[in-house]
Amino acid sequence: MTTVTRGAVGTAHTRVEGRDKVTGAARYAAEIPFAELAHGWLVLSTVARGRVRSVESDAALAMPGVLAVLHHGNAPRVDTDYVGLMGMSPDPSIALFQQERVAHLGWPVALVVAETSEQAREAAESLVVHYDQEPHDVAFSAERQSEAYALDGHMPGVVEKGDLEDRLAASAVVLDAEYTTPEEYHNPMEPHAATALWEGGRLEVVDSNQGTTWIAGELANLFSLDPASVRVRSEHVGGGFGSKGVRAHQVAAVMAATVLQRPVRVVMTRRQMFSLTGYRSPTAQRVRLGADADGRLRVLEHQSLNQTSSVHEFVEPSAAAGRSMYGAEAHHTASRIVRLDVPTPTWMRAPGEAPGSFALESAFDELAERCGIDPIELRLRNEPEVGPVSGLPFSSRNLAACFQEGARRFGWADRDPRPGVRREGRWLLGTGTAAASFPAGAMPSSAAVTAEADGTFTVRINAADIGTGARTALTVVAADALEVPTDRVRVRIGDSDLGPAMFAGGSMGTRSWAWAVTTAAAELRQSLAPGADIPAEGITVRSNTAEAVGALAQKERHSFGAQFAEVAVDPATGEVRVRRMLGVFAAGRIVNPLTARNQLVGGMIWGISMALHEEAVRDRTSGGLYGADLAGYHVAAHADIPHIEADWVDDPDPDDPVGIKGIGEIGIVGAAAAVANAVWHATGVRHRNLPIRPDRVLMAGGDA
Amino acid sequence: MKEFGYQRAYDVSGAVALLDGDGEARFLGGGTNLVDLMKTGVERPARLVDVRELPLNQIEATEDGGLRIGATVTNSDLAAHPEVRRRYPALTQAVLAGASGQLRNMATVGGNLLQRTRCGYFADVTSPCNKRDPGSGCPAIEGEHHNHAVLGASEHCVATHPSDMGVALTAFDARVSYETADGPGELPLADFYLPVGETPHLETALPPGALITGVTLPPAPVAAGSRYRKVRERASYAFAIGSIAAALDVRDGVVHDVRLAFGAVASRPWRARTAESVLTGAPADAETFAAAADAELAAARPLPHNGYKVKLMRNLVVAVLSELAEEAAR
Repeated sequence: MTTVTRGAVGTAHTRVEGRDKVTGAARYAAEIPFAELAHGWLVLSTVARGRVRSVESDAALAMPGVLAVLHHGNAPRVDTDYVGLMGMSPDPSIALFQQERVAHLGWPVALVVAETSEQAREAAESLVVHYDQEPHDVAFSAERQSEAYALDGHMPGVVEKGDLEDRLAASAVVLDAEYTTPEEYHNPMEPHAATALWEGGRLEVVDSNQGTTWIAGELANLFSLDPASVRVRSEHVGGGFGSKGVRAHQVAAVMAATVLQRPVRVVMTRRQMFSLTGYRSPTAQRVRLGADADGRLRVLEHQSLNQTSSVHEFVEPSAAAGRSMYGAEAHHTASRIVRLDVPTPTWMRAPGEAPGSFALESAFDELAERCGIDPIELRLRNEPEVGPVSGLPFSSRNLAACFQEGARRFGWADRDPRPGVRREGRWLLGTGTAAASFPAGAMPSSAAVTAEADGTFTVRINAADIGTGARTALTVVAADALEVPTDRVRVRIGDSDLGPAMFAGGSMGTRSWAWAVTTAAAELRQSLAPGADIPAEGITVRSNTAEAVGALAQKERHSFGAQFAEVAVDPATGEVRVRRMLGVFAAGRIVNPLTARNQLVGGMIWGISMALHEEAVRDRTSGGLYGADLAGYHVAAHADIPHIEADWVDDPDPDDPVGIKGIGEIGIVGAAAAVANAVWHATGVRHRNLPIRPDRVLMAGGDA
Repeated sequence: MKEFGYQRAYDVSGAVALLDGDGEARFLGGGTNLVDLMKTGVERPARLVDVRELPLNQIEATEDGGLRIGATVTNSDLAAHPEVRRRYPALTQAVLAGASGQLRNMATVGGNLLQRTRCGYFADVTSPCNKRDPGSGCPAIEGEHHNHAVLGASEHCVATHPSDMGVALTAFDARVSYETADGPGELPLADFYLPVGETPHLETALPPGALITGVTLPPAPVAAGSRYRKVRERASYAFAIGSIAAALDVRDGVVHDVRLAFGAVASRPWRARTAESVLTGAPADAETFAAAADAELAAARPLPHNGYKVKLMRNLVVAVLSELAEEAAR
């Protein structure tokens, strides 16, 4: 080969499917045409707890175009007695129409299928369902702690080291503060949508999800099918953030396609997404920090409470955030749950770390204030040599480098630490900082790389590009491993027939897939004799990283970061505006700076939105949400987003073939705390409850 | 969604005739609110009469020095009109503070006045709501109401009117013109919205089947230095939690003329006449502004979670009037 290009990794590449997306050529799940397509519309419960007494199907069936009404009396049976890819039994919420029990408001009670989507919707909205309503309980608050219990989720529930009370007594300074975060929703732009059909004895599902290996496995288990007879495709995905796993739309579509023996599409409305696709639980957190006068920690205690449904346990592991961050003689962390008549919460971008870092990193700012120490210096004084609880070595830990570089670029050295003393017109100004960390990991994946007869290469890996730029990143990684330019590499993803692979989640997608792609591509390159002819069917090398990933030594493996924010607060109106933000991250080798910056800035915007805007309000009388749409649930608008810079320090992962750690979530972590800490610096008032709404700022005082 | 008929009208009398007082039919302007409500099932008209093509898209000066604004003038065109910007800048500012560029390009002046509350209970057909379903109850009073009314509400409804434009028009004594099968009519905007009382579902004094044809602004020299300030929970694309349209004429340190209207605090744009009467003839200083705000807000009846609006409006009155007074003094 004469046109060898080395080092595509680390250089900027626009998205390989970018042109298709901006011209509309890229088809999303609900846009792909099928002959004989029928449309299903979900009917959701209007009570928060009770039983479906009856469904008046006859009237709906008589309406124009209506083909079927599925409900607990006639729907195909599903099996939930299995352990899926996520290592747990499925949330019974996805076992649609299996029994008459209603576990929350917005629980699926029926599916109306019709020739057109409009006909299905009209019949669904006029379908009369009778309920035996029971009193419900949706009142989440810190006071529910007495009914709560600890739970291991993707993190251990409780971790304790050292004698808490003894070390508190030995602390010169003790901070004890409570923080809350509200119910938050993923709200990807593209709603959940699936089309199911039977073709040649195989179940085909065209869907919008975060991993077709995962969804195909769940559907095979639920419907007791041979895994080989289920194919799920998901080529383009308009955001997922943890919400696009197995959900009611796929299950409903498969049921209806099975009953009607024709293709059936089910698309959720935005409002339906607010009860069917998961959410981040509200949290009530308490942090106690004990320190010497010079800020060295003796105690780190972090307790977190979240709600879950009556049918499934999900823990938001907010208390786990500190386990790898800061050393303390007594280190106690616990995440607990309380069961209510609400939908089951789920993973939402930076689960645990997002709300947990708000509490812990706010508490650190408060401790810095108490000790009279600069907030960055306080964190640097508490940098651990090894895992504070585990005792394991860090694979790499470059938090201090992030703070040093961030402080230099943000101009932190010139900061007057006194709160409430900078004014510009009607605005009070302040700056704040916070640390960030997120676990780095990899999961087994398989890949196939083919040298084609025309000199190009085809990479087949069942990755999911949910808007992250994964397809482009894998193109770049494959090109480097093959030592060819990127334009000779074609990457196929989003199809369960491509073989098992990690889903897009846990900031582990690109690393897991890149590992498999690199392994296969490197082996293929070595096997290709220079100048030798390639047969018409090409030469294919396959990889599976299960063994290599399993052989990774136990270490503390994390990305780190330092967040900086400057805010302006009008104390007369309570308005808060972020003026600028900077995040500096140590997050492994950056494959594609263009899309990486996009991900990190996106995470920081998410953090601003979390700090100032996002909040779903649950009405205690109905048990459902108030204003469950994008008019009622505010995310940051363009005008809320100032100049944001995201950058990184050199931090290649020593144990990853490409050096990747993962960047999907770290951008959020600490961002809300940095904003909240800046609001304190501007006004002198500490906000421990998110979001920092104008009414909260206004009524908290600090008037000038 | 429910199937509906669609007709387009090309002249005013034709539009009124097409609607024919049919309670199941609606006029369609920009559709920026009605179509949303049809999607969610709050509105289920059998028939739409599209009035976008009516020849009501002009803004003209009146002989007495005011402006007549056609009902189908888009929000964008209204905000951009040189005479609106020159004579009633608060109106331009109010319109530009609402919605988004795309929505303002579609939304009409007539439709803006008739838009419905954004109360989340009203928008959710599974929820009780006295405005949508008379007699079913108002869950907001015991439930979520942190952006609900503090002035002029009743035990039957605490929803607010969402319009920004309407707040500025109210401050400047706009009159609403309409057409019915029996001929034209006119209502002062101050009387256009009905008190909430026991009938929150009855929102305007328009006769049944009437079509809004325009809005007339009388001359108001004080409005030339007017201002609109809107506070909301994000920097754009959100309804107000409190807003103010204000104009102030100060002569020799004394308030000669003043216009003050509040948004997001009541079921209609709220003309602060009590405050205006306190201000008129009084010294133009922060103390007077605060006293005027307190006098107006003495009628406030906040619920447990919206009491901040009283403080917010007081602060807005003081802040905006102080700004205007300072600018006038320069």
